[in-house]
Amino acid sequence: MSTVYEDRFADLAAAPAPGRQQQVVERLKALLPPHALLFREEDVRPYECDALSAFRQLPMVVALPETEEQVVGILKACHELEVPIVARGAGTSLSGGSMPHAAGVVLSLAKFNRILAIDPVARTARVQPGVRNLAVSEAAAPYDLYYAPDPSSQIACSIGGNLAENSGGVHCLKYGLTVHNVLRVRGYTVDGEPVEFGSEALDSPGLDLLSLVIGSEGMLAVTMEATLKLVPKPQLARVVMASFDDVVKAGDAVAGIIAAGIIPAGLEMMDRKATVAVEEFVHAGYDLDAQAILLAESDGTPEEVAEEIVRMETVLRESGATRIQVSESEAQRLLFWSGRKNAFPAAGRVSPDYYCMDGTIPRKNIGRLLADIAAMEDKYRLRCMNVFHAGDGNMHPLILFDANDPDEWHRAELFGAEILELCVEYGGTVTGEHGVGIEKINSMCVQFSPEERAAFFAVKRAFDPPGLLNPGKGIPTLARCAEYGKMHVHAGRLAFPDLPRF
Amino acid sequence: MSDSSSQAALARLREQVLAAHEAGKALRIRGGDTKGFYGCEPRGDSLDTREYRGIVAYEPTELVITARCGTPLAEIEAALAEKGQWLPFEPPSFGEGATVGGMVAAGLSGPGRQSAGAVRDFVLGAAMLDAQGRALNFGGQVMKNVAGYDVSRLLCGSLGMLGVVAEVSLKVLPRPAATATVSMPLDRPAALRLLNEWAGRPLPISASAWLGGTLALRLAGARAAVDAAVAFFAREHGAQQLDGEVHRFWAAVREQTLPFFDGLPGAGSAGAEPGAGGAASLPLWRVSVPSVAPPLALPGEELIEWGGALRWWRSDAEPRAVREAAARVGGHATLFRGGDRSAGVFAPLSPALMALHRRLKAELDPKGIFNPGRMYPDL
Repeated sequence: MSTVYEDRFADLAAAPAPGRQQQVVERLKALLPPHALLFREEDVRPYECDALSAFRQLPMVVALPETEEQVVGILKACHELEVPIVARGAGTSLSGGSMPHAAGVVLSLAKFNRILAIDPVARTARVQPGVRNLAVSEAAAPYDLYYAPDPSSQIACSIGGNLAENSGGVHCLKYGLTVHNVLRVRGYTVDGEPVEFGSEALDSPGLDLLSLVIGSEGMLAVTMEATLKLVPKPQLARVVMASFDDVVKAGDAVAGIIAAGIIPAGLEMMDRKATVAVEEFVHAGYDLDAQAILLAESDGTPEEVAEEIVRMETVLRESGATRIQVSESEAQRLLFWSGRKNAFPAAGRVSPDYYCMDGTIPRKNIGRLLADIAAMEDKYRLRCMNVFHAGDGNMHPLILFDANDPDEWHRAELFGAEILELCVEYGGTVTGEHGVGIEKINSMCVQFSPEERAAFFAVKRAFDPPGLLNPGKGIPTLARCAEYGKMHVHAGRLAFPDLPRF
Repeated sequence: MSDSSSQAALARLREQVLAAHEAGKALRIRGGDTKGFYGCEPRGDSLDTREYRGIVAYEPTELVITARCGTPLAEIEAALAEKGQWLPFEPPSFGEGATVGGMVAAGLSGPGRQSAGAVRDFVLGAAMLDAQGRALNFGGQVMKNVAGYDVSRLLCGSLGMLGVVAEVSLKVLPRPAATATVSMPLDRPAALRLLNEWAGRPLPISASAWLGGTLALRLAGARAAVDAAVAFFAREHGAQQLDGEVHRFWAAVREQTLPFFDGLPGAGSAGAEPGAGGAASLPLWRVSVPSVAPPLALPGEELIEWGGALRWWRSDAEPRAVREAAARVGGHATLFRGGDRSAGVFAPLSPALMALHRRLKAELDPKGIFNPGRMYPDL
């Protein structure tokens, strides 16, 4: 495995050579109608970032193809001209996964937004990448089926992005991530060759490339169509809301539920800072005296739900819950969830900006990490709210800061990086569901050795020899990690502070 | 197994890999060798993983078990059973001594695949010994992890062609609180139609097997849900609940010890000698299709699993005819046991996919030392 390859990754911000933009535009003009090709600064400005707005970069060109032939043409042209390609859907990535490349083309797949087929007997949906996640479940609802992965952004995020990030959501403890709910992906390789991963059967011959492509952050292939699994809608869902006077006790209750042999449909936790912020916003009736509240959902047949709710209540009581409420109606269930689902906007109400982290740790370390985060609030002089998918140890600390104060943003970044380092130290990972993108690329240096990163580059080379698909994302180069090592957070000081860093 | 002896075992594996890499010699990775029949003919010097064994970590409340590749599957299943947990994809052992490394490399799942998912859905992380003898870790021990490419799932079903699966972390689940098995007489088209219809409803079906005009369904979940489903199938379809040790039936489906499989090379024997059964001399095809695929027009006998999505055929049809029948309905066929393996056992890949396979192999195993030819004769 050669390391020379890394040198081919141009800096995302390096300006294109003089005349380059014109050369690429001329080439793409032959393929696309004028309204589908943007290259003036005012036109490409809306594409400069995704939902992680702290990182911005104007693209050289934005292409908005309307037909698959146009996509193939763009890929072939870019391949020939060696132009980086950043595929983009709804742009809801929280890790800068679709941040543009200064000398690259943003390939917007937003116009591929059709549900091609719903097969209620086979329980599948065949969709284009620009289809919104929630639209799939809405289209399947008349058949009492739904698409299980439900990222919190499901009202806006598109399936292509879900595939790229292997998205999860509240229900993935029981129903799995995107990778567990996709049968087949059809798309194109970097040179515009058609390729199909998986099939409509439950497995396919050869290596499981479908698993590899899902979660690859748009760096291995471009998706044009996916066949998604649909599952029967549970007849009933109810949620237990339990208060705890101590976050560690709440964390232990999570382990207790699992130890009792129960896999809830959702198991979420919020600390007091989070409940106070959201209660003002949604009036869900949260217990504001509690240091933490747990929301545990049961779904299935009425008989199953009744049995499971009793068992969960017993465990929660034995774990020291100070108050327990079970939803009595669908409206009340949704009200209980409304706070959790609105935690991010609520953070936006109590602070000018917030930085959402996404680390995962073994459940047993939840209490420990929360205590560490509390100490870091003093160290970095910033507040942090905690909402998370407790059932699978996926933490979303929301670091509150003011972007108008560059020093606050800097401290927020260091705060976040230290949380992620602890996640790795505690046996977890630097990203549970948001992806690495550009945001966590330095934290990857903490989790993976140079040999492991070299293996990732080997995979990348096998799929994308010229390294044109979303370059500079996901996998850090050896050089980048060497530099990150010098600015290691624990050192407390940045070396070469004037160097541009992401 | 003590840490020092396992480290010594790993060191021996590494030395053998390095020597093979140096000499450019093929290695045939093996554990319990219970799946030696699967894939194309193995070749190369044996790299025996069985000494590198032992459960590294198991915490029932984390729903994760981590074990070294040579750990017997039976040891893992016993440790899980003690805590009321299991591997819900029910991997087949196909004989005594099957190891967890072989389970991941073969990527085969049993009856539970229909409801729970496949082996790859439960692989959270893996350490791979690469061609340079380095242990590389991918994935992890937590359920949600999107850092880097998912190489650990790629190793699942890779037949050892990318490296030695040295250690794996698997997601485990609590055993269902209750199970029951019902059976009913149904012809093939009706069975396929109903299996798909039921799968679209919230019924706790965890496994299915149709053979010779009888459909068996395993129901699993909360006691109340299982009881309600037993009553439903009795009322609506005249199903009988099977009593006694029905788990033996499902184990026989998984381990291929039903009389349907008698006489096949490497198949667990139910007492029959090769040639004893009516179909005994016929090769066994594994035909994976969309569950809604109509009955395949092939000569021979059929056992249908996974709600219609897996069809085992004892058939003397020409390989090309079996492959075409599977491909016509969007599936693929594998010559699973018996027959002529020299021309390859798996369905051919499209040129684009084969090119990706070749490049991945060349990148991760440049001298082609790991299980060459096991998946495809020239790979």
